[in-house]
Amino acid sequence: MIEFVVNGKRARADVPGDTPLLWVLRDTLGMTGTKFGCGQALCGACTVHLDGQPVRSCTTPVSAAAGKKVATIEGIGATPIGKKVQAAWTALDVPQCGYCQSGQIMSAVALLSENPKPSDADIDKAMDGNICRCGTYNQIRAAIKDAAKSMTKGA
Amino acid sequence: MSAMHNESRRDFLKISALAGGGLLLGFAIPGASRFAQAAGEFKPNVFIRITPDNRVTVICGLSEMGQGVHTAIPMLVAEELDADWSKIKVEQAPADPAFKNPFMGFQATGGSSSVRANWEPMRKAGATARAMLIAAAAETWKTDKSECRAANGMVVHKSGKKLSYGRLAAKAAEQPVPAEVKLKDRKDFGILGKGAKRLDTPAKVNGSAMFGMDVRVPGMLTAVVARAPVAGGKVASFNADKVKAMSGVKNVVQIGSGVAVVADSYWNAKQGRDALEIKWDDGAGASLSSEGIRKTFGELAEKEGTVGIKAGDASTALAGAAKKLEAVYEAPYLAHACMEPMNCTASVTANGVEIWGSVQAPGLLQIILSQVAGVKPEQVKVATTMLGGGFGRRFGLDFAIDAVLTSKAVGAPVHVVFPREDDIKAHHYRPASVAKFQGALDAAGNPAAARIHAVCSSISDAAHMPYEANGLPPMKGVDGFSVEGLTEWPYATPNLQVEWTKNEPPVGVWFWRSVGHSQNIFFVEGFVDEMAVAAGKDPYEYRRALLGKNPRYKGALELAANKAGWGKPLPAGRGRGIAVGLSFGSFVAEVAEVSVAKDGKLRVHRVVCAVDCGSTVNPEIVKRQMESAIVFGLSAALYGEITFKDGKVEQSNFNDYPVLRMSEMPKVEVHIVPSMEAPGGVGEPGLPPLAPAVVNAVFAATGKRLRKLPLRMV
Ligand code: FES
Ligand code: FES
Repeated sequence: MIEFVVNGKRARADVPGDTPLLWVLRDTLGMTGTKFGCGQALCGACTVHLDGQPVRSCTTPVSAAAGKKVATIEGIGATPIGKKVQAAWTALDVPQCGYCQSGQIMSAVALLSENPKPSDADIDKAMDGNICRCGTYNQIRAAIKDAAKSMTKGA
Repeated sequence: MSAMHNESRRDFLKISALAGGGLLLGFAIPGASRFAQAAGEFKPNVFIRITPDNRVTVICGLSEMGQGVHTAIPMLVAEELDADWSKIKVEQAPADPAFKNPFMGFQATGGSSSVRANWEPMRKAGATARAMLIAAAAETWKTDKSECRAANGMVVHKSGKKLSYGRLAAKAAEQPVPAEVKLKDRKDFGILGKGAKRLDTPAKVNGSAMFGMDVRVPGMLTAVVARAPVAGGKVASFNADKVKAMSGVKNVVQIGSGVAVVADSYWNAKQGRDALEIKWDDGAGASLSSEGIRKTFGELAEKEGTVGIKAGDASTALAGAAKKLEAVYEAPYLAHACMEPMNCTASVTANGVEIWGSVQAPGLLQIILSQVAGVKPEQVKVATTMLGGGFGRRFGLDFAIDAVLTSKAVGAPVHVVFPREDDIKAHHYRPASVAKFQGALDAAGNPAAARIHAVCSSISDAAHMPYEANGLPPMKGVDGFSVEGLTEWPYATPNLQVEWTKNEPPVGVWFWRSVGHSQNIFFVEGFVDEMAVAAGKDPYEYRRALLGKNPRYKGALELAANKAGWGKPLPAGRGRGIAVGLSFGSFVAEVAEVSVAKDGKLRVHRVVCAVDCGSTVNPEIVKRQMESAIVFGLSAALYGEITFKDGKVEQSNFNDYPVLRMSEMPKVEVHIVPSMEAPGGVGEPGLPPLAPAVVNAVFAATGKRLRKLPLRMV
């Protein structure tokens, strides 16, 4: 039995410790907001936060989450930065198919938590692991900048 | 397509023959009879439901895959309904013949057809409802209809009194359905042509949007299938003893496409599948190699092909030409790599089949799956979820057939999931193509003749469709999907001949965003650039002069060139290229700015796009779709390539099938040509001009002419 905290709530999973966190979230806990895209840490669709750090949950064994805090798209709107990022995404209608966007938002929140005023180069670096097949990169960049602005305004 | 039963093939053929008839005019709006109207509700037709709580719900039979159809269709309805846009909801329709795509004859989303096919029917649906609401208000107020008008979700009497649509719903449901309705004049549009916000955004930023991957049905198991590593291969034997003992594995069953490991979770199914011991009988496909295909196509391209179109006498003109050019262009096989890997959930019971998933063609699935499961089409229920990308791939049937066969075999609902590697290797590829171009220039440098011979596999054959299904005029023995983009050659050229040779290596081919245009407009626009260079003319001015009889091509070309600052100096090392193309009823021109580093690294800095898609429903969505197709095209131009060795696909995931990432993203500007023409498509037409614009820019920057995709500088 592995215990951890997801979005502030205790969670437990009776699975082998090497099961990827992604599948524990999706199949054991029924939280389908975190997406499967590649299974090899190549696309970022499965990005969640582990004690505040962005990780690819498809290659993170659930044992690595034992006793730690996991944050996912379902709960990120309850954090101040997550709320601003989602608001910026909504205002710009960033998503197309939307499938990559949970991961994009989780990566963006992680970036802005570390670096409230990211440069274009910072954005490239933080977001390069998140593929969007619909090609929403320019809108993602704009939304990150808008969210950063609204953070400094404290709005 | 190896998994498709012979039965279903025949049926698909019959349906497609019907579908090939093109646009069915006089599309009748199906009434509400089949979809019961609850007390107090108003359902003037299957597309609209107005409830007493004043909600207006648009029921959309089209699949939302990012292209914005769940916003565009409600906008069409809301405009003529005079609805309050802030109160509009959208709901996905079930599979039902009432929602058939008038362009195809069955319910499906593809071919950039949604707005083109529904521009009138959905507006009529809205206008019908509006007329009945006005009639209901007039009856309530005991006045004449002419004294009432509709505005923003209300019927307003000339005295100023108002009733909301919700309040009128019950009475409106009792009104006779008008036989004729008058549609608004375009100058009176309040919603169409403006950038309404997408209705699907909120669910897509908080993780609640439901994709096929997220379907959860009581008692559902998950399956991962081992499929033949060589196309056409068969299972010779397999040993599942070890796998059946693995944690969570419930069953191992052989189905049409291979061996399915069924487990209580994806992870356990995947572990089980990877541990399976299978002996494959590879069959004739085992010797397949990319070099072999290229060689065959290249040799065939040098010979004569089946003539698709012929104007004048290209052979004679070429023989006597003052100046002659020859070039061979090549495009590779491509996977779609939708962000959401292929998957589908099915439940087969004694009562019939139910499937849930991210599908583009629910109507087709009803028919094909009924054959697969041996039930009647009306016993197949299809629930369409959000699609994590479609691009033509989800017009496929393979993932749904796998789910139905596996569910039938194990007697439980089954979610079949393709790991990314399976998705990339699943043999639904944009066909590779080799095209030989011969051109003749007259003394002034203008084209005197062009002769084009393309060699590729037939998508129509793969999909069991007639060769004219893409809407081009019939060409005897030539698949329209193979030559679209070549036959529309828009430049004044007195002698033109387009030929095609079909060659069918054992590779599964399928519709891929913009289909034949994806390679053919690259070929044409690269070759025309070569003609301009040979004539010593500016590539933009050369095109412009030759497009005199094609004002919409010319308009898009001019707008793109002007906005890009064509002719203005660029920073050292940069080059600019231009290309234009028509596909799915829309004219798109693009200008790319590129540079090539010393190590050969190609960088696209900026793309300026101009689109003439006729009347627009939502210009913001049009712009995003152009940008999306530009990115999709750029991924393909820079990296996209599926290759074969010893019969096997060499690519597997985003490491060896790379796509564009944030740090490589160019600036993109999209400009819309103002137009009152009938709407054109927008999901695909932005793609074809991208690769040639880049290739032509590389030539401008370096003097090097690239004729093969993906682009390699060294
Ligand atoms: S699914 Fe984890 S990075 Fe792609
Ligand atoms: S929105 Fe479709 S993959 Fe990013």
